Amino acid sequence: MRGVRVRWRLYALVAAGSFRRYATYRVATAAGVFTNTVFGFILAYAYTALWDQRPGLGGYDLAQALAYVWLGQALLAAASLMGGGFEDELMERIRTGAVVTDLYRPADLQLWWLAADLGRGAYLLLGRGVAPMAAGILAFDVALPPEWWMWAAFLASVLLGLVVSFALRFMVGLSAFWLMDGTGVAQMSWLAAMFFSGMLLPLTLFPGLLGEVARAMPWSSLLQVPVDVYLGKRTGWDLVAAYAFQAGWAVALLTLGRLVQGAATRRVVVQGG
Amino acid sequence: MAEARKRVDEAGSGARGVREGRPATEGDRRPVREDAHRAAEDLLSVRDRGPGGRLRLARDGFRAYGLIAAMWIRATMAYRTSFVMTTLGSFAATGLDFVAVLLMFQHVERLGGFSLGEVAFLYGLAGAALGLGDLAMGTMGRLGQKVRDGTLDTLLVRPAPVLAQVAADRFALRRLGRTTQGLAVLTYALVQLDGVVWTPLKVLMVPVMLLSGGAIFAAVFTMGGAFQFWAQDAAEVQSAFTFGGNALLQYPPTVFAKDLVRGVTFLVPLAFVNWIPAMYVLGRPYPLAVPEWFAFLSPVVAVGFWVVAGLLWRVGVRSYRSTGS
Repeated sequence: MRGVRVRWRLYALVAAGSFRRYATYRVATAAGVFTNTVFGFILAYAYTALWDQRPGLGGYDLAQALAYVWLGQALLAAASLMGGGFEDELMERIRTGAVVTDLYRPADLQLWWLAADLGRGAYLLLGRGVAPMAAGILAFDVALPPEWWMWAAFLASVLLGLVVSFALRFMVGLSAFWLMDGTGVAQMSWLAAMFFSGMLLPLTLFPGLLGEVARAMPWSSLLQVPVDVYLGKRTGWDLVAAYAFQAGWAVALLTLGRLVQGAATRRVVVQGG
Repeated sequence: MAEARKRVDEAGSGARGVREGRPATEGDRRPVREDAHRAAEDLLSVRDRGPGGRLRLARDGFRAYGLIAAMWIRATMAYRTSFVMTTLGSFAATGLDFVAVLLMFQHVERLGGFSLGEVAFLYGLAGAALGLGDLAMGTMGRLGQKVRDGTLDTLLVRPAPVLAQVAADRFALRRLGRTTQGLAVLTYALVQLDGVVWTPLKVLMVPVMLLSGGAIFAAVFTMGGAFQFWAQDAAEVQSAFTFGGNALLQYPPTVFAKDLVRGVTFLVPLAFVNWIPAMYVLGRPYPLAVPEWFAFLSPVVAVGFWVVAGLLWRVGVRSYRSTGS
């Protein structure tokens, strides 16, 4: 029992340390906020042109579509919708062999990085999410959640999305055990995330089968599902279904990651000296 | 010149000494730093060289750029599979962008009054221009890192223009992926556009737009790099103007608020990459009242961008203080 408590404290400390680590780079945060805001403006105008001609497109009215744009910008960094995150670091550690130190630690590799990535996500959500969203709300007629508690429901959905995002990128990082240079895989991964999360265009606008497949894939947990929860499109049992969808992918992908981790660590040969 | 080169050599060996871990006190480190700095300024300074020296400097710069870029291309080609994969990836990444536009046109006939062919024309021009600028000067975004870890010092003591060295460092041929994608969309657009009456002038304007646009984006990359002399972590600010500029220019100007269009026409005149000249080619009015000859100003605007970029770069290099480690 005491052991369990110590473990939790350890991972909480890892997460807090990661939060502080990212919080150190204030200029980088400000630069990111600026860029997210610029992109938000550009997309907001483009979506306005689109929804002016087709009101109600994809089941959203204009204000909801604008909320979609700004939530996308707010979650971009936290959920690594366009790449970036711990996986580059993990790959580098695998390439240089420093990962051996990680494996020596009295902590689980996957949980260690999950804690670190959640700490990072929490900072980026606050540091790079709040300001662009506020700018969007001030400059445009952005839809707000119909009920106050939907903010909490939305944040829970974002958290699940961050775990799914981590689980996917953890496997990308582990690919370096086999490939040494995981740049290509990392690139594929963020391409998939950008396209299938709904970052480019809401998934409800994807036609036919492509749309159905895209909405069923894990990446939709990163943006499409949290936005729908925010907009109050998923309430009651449907909200439970949304959470179950996200949690299901999270568990499935974390389990898969664990299997890959097992296979990978059996490959590690520590050089003496 | 010989004098400067000699001083560079001395400074170079001194810097090596420090790098090799010789215990360096503040006292013996500073002269090295200042010496290197002075030598670099000599190399940069064209004041006492007259117009001939200026030309020679430019020639040196292009030569150094070419040599370093060629070296990086050879290095890249050592891992040919990786090169092919990342180039295709770069092509696909930008391609998905256009897929989003195509998906939009699944739902509408026109966007901001523009047909798919016309939007593709704007998209292709902006994308290919950004690709060219990114290929030439994209690595400027790493300047902040060089300032932070002190590797810029190495470049300062080499007898070649610093801008050329920074720009050609890790020259990434895979960025041709973006240019190719832009050109592919542009070709698609030219096939789709049937309402345009092509005159020789309009035909000529297409390559002029691509080259001036590329030069404009390259200058913006350079300004973004120079800005990192002051704010090392602000690499992303540059993306707002380069990749953000591209995202803006790929949509018709009619989509955006007048103030925003005014901003990119007069304040940060990115509109000369494609918007203003392309409106002439397409025979459409620009949302702002601008004289018709504005359509032919793109090369002039590109030169203007480079004058500002050059000044900013020089101020940046001059204000540079090494971390000393």
